[in-house]
Amino acid sequence: MAETPLHFRDPARAHALEEALSHATQRLGRRASVMHVCGSHEQAIARFGLRAAFPDELDVIMGPGCPVCVTDVPEVDEAVALARAGVRVATYGDMLRVPGTSRSLADERNAGAPVDVVYGVAQAVELARSSPDRDLVFFASGFETTAVATAAVLLADPPANFSILSAHKYIPPVMEIVSEMPGSKIEGFLAAGHAATITGWGVFEPFVARHQVPVVVAGFEPLDILAGLVKLVERIAEGARVVDNCFPRCVTKEGNRAAQAMLWRVFEPMGGRWRGIAHVPNGNLRLRDEFAGWDARRRYTIDIASLIEDAPPALVAQCQCGDIMAGIASPHDCALFGAECTPDAPVGACMVSAEGTCRIWHQYGGHPDLRRKRAS
Amino acid sequence: MTRPRNPAFVDDTISLRYGAGGGAMRALIEQIFAPGLGDVPGGVGLAAMDDGAAIPLGDRFLILTTDSHVVQPIVFPGGDIGRLAVCGTVNDLAMMGATEPLALTCAAVIEDGFAKLTLEKIWWSIREACIEAGTTIVTGDTKVMRRGEIDGLILNTAGVGLASRVVRDCELRPGDKLIVTGTIGDHGLAVLATRAELALDTPIASDVAPLNGLVRRALSAGGEAIVAMKDPTRGGLASALHEMADKSRVGITLDERAVPVRDEVRAAAELLGIDPLIVANEGKAVIGVRAAAADAVLDALRAHPLGRAAAVVGVCTDERIGQVIVDTGFGRRLLGEADGELLPRIC
Repeated sequence: MAETPLHFRDPARAHALEEALSHATQRLGRRASVMHVCGSHEQAIARFGLRAAFPDELDVIMGPGCPVCVTDVPEVDEAVALARAGVRVATYGDMLRVPGTSRSLADERNAGAPVDVVYGVAQAVELARSSPDRDLVFFASGFETTAVATAAVLLADPPANFSILSAHKYIPPVMEIVSEMPGSKIEGFLAAGHAATITGWGVFEPFVARHQVPVVVAGFEPLDILAGLVKLVERIAEGARVVDNCFPRCVTKEGNRAAQAMLWRVFEPMGGRWRGIAHVPNGNLRLRDEFAGWDARRRYTIDIASLIEDAPPALVAQCQCGDIMAGIASPHDCALFGAECTPDAPVGACMVSAEGTCRIWHQYGGHPDLRRKRAS
Repeated sequence: MTRPRNPAFVDDTISLRYGAGGGAMRALIEQIFAPGLGDVPGGVGLAAMDDGAAIPLGDRFLILTTDSHVVQPIVFPGGDIGRLAVCGTVNDLAMMGATEPLALTCAAVIEDGFAKLTLEKIWWSIREACIEAGTTIVTGDTKVMRRGEIDGLILNTAGVGLASRVVRDCELRPGDKLIVTGTIGDHGLAVLATRAELALDTPIASDVAPLNGLVRRALSAGGEAIVAMKDPTRGGLASALHEMADKSRVGITLDERAVPVRDEVRAAAELLGIDPLIVANEGKAVIGVRAAAADAVLDALRAHPLGRAAAVVGVCTDERIGQVIVDTGFGRRLLGEADGELLPRIC
């Protein structure tokens, strides 16, 4: 079967970039830790086995970049409480298993609650339109990229029986939090290319000025990620504190102005907790008052107290995910790891996601070293 | 390196993940179904969790297998639940080495209100698939349930056949090659794309087909050099390889670029965020063969209409016993197994 030629999936070019990354790291002459803040970057790194191609001395840490993982317990509880009260809830497939205080939406669905899996907010609106006499709440997660889609739907006169339970989050503020974590070893950030198509790469300039670390905006094909890392390690070695755009085929400095206008017309930033990380000032996106009629939080009285009362004492307080994501701790430093916190019953973000550090360690007994033995 | 254990069966109720074909299901069988049952002296019993049982009968083996079939939608591009039921059972027999199915049984559990026309169509598919496989249904059973008690239709089929040599999935050695008989992911993505109502330019059709003719060719070309066979149905190629690696106590390295995947399947898989390696195939086999015979088996497979795209995709190693490494061409990763329902993801 003829392989479709894909420019950004050319293993020969990838090997050249792997060599370049290895040389750049050698020139640096010491260990370095960098962080990406995007679930899609981790997916691509895992899917293409890139970790086995990274130099030993370079730690590429998965930061708080998976919107599903960082959806906090009370947000899941709100969706669970709505479903339990008989309100039809639609959400993305990977939100189903995210645990709340005592239950996930998957648990509620298995118990007979009306929970639909959709592929996007537009499909949720279609569902609402097709049964106009029944309320439908879309449990919306995702960063600014996905939030724009939600905003577009709300600006296009959605039906009266439709509303949004927003767990949308905004990435730039959490990068500040991670940089400021005491003991953080992160010397550079790989920023998410798709989010930057909306915000523009210019959004990272004040961040770089404040924290004195380089940021490289990178795309999601294997070559994009490798090229982004080469640039990042070079910047660390030079001591340059700049933003580089390594995804110029999609990202501009200003970003998508029309999308930004939609985003901020519908949402306003407010502080909120990210699971396993911290309270992130301006990290959550909440519907503006003008859209209160479509805000599930203002439309329904959501009783999450009963969920919390039935629940065992919160383990979340003991979770080390924040430190693990910051590269300060390893899963074995966490008392919950493998005991109270397992892939079937995850407590923290790193165990929820299939690509989370704890999940990978649990499955394979550590971070698997699959590096090819070098011939020379 | 300790072998990864099947998860302990700790839940008070059976949730969907116990039916997903992964570790949770193996735990359910090991800890609830198998104890005290299914011992077959000199043959293959329940505890082996192979594609079927092998009961010694003179100098041959009686191969026996059973399957229940539920699929939504009941009719999908490329087939329907009836064709699926016949092929699933015929293929399980073939994977054990019985390529001439003597007879099948079929039990139907039908929901009140099910359309007669649909049932007739499904039985025409059953007849057609039986003709293709050279077998027939010799006995059955019918139950009708109240509306809402089941979702449309459940079929259970069983099959028997004879084999002079039983092919297991536990006899691979380092150095053995692994062949897939054709493109991977067709059935799973056909069903998922239909459910997701993806409007694809090239619709994906299920690969559901009886494999006994194809396997017969492979066996006659490879003989005793064919040491393992498995049909990568639920859980896909990933689960099949994991089971083979675990039961044979070998490691497996999969060359991802050698795995044949149709362009439209690859595209739909990327769109849905689902790896083609973890979705079901209903007309494909994974064949483990001693290295020296790999080319002969491959040629025999490619000469058959169902085996045109057959390819060597992996090799058994003594590295990371019980695990499957995917060489992506860019790097290497460990192949995970599907756990629970396949859910499209946002990130």
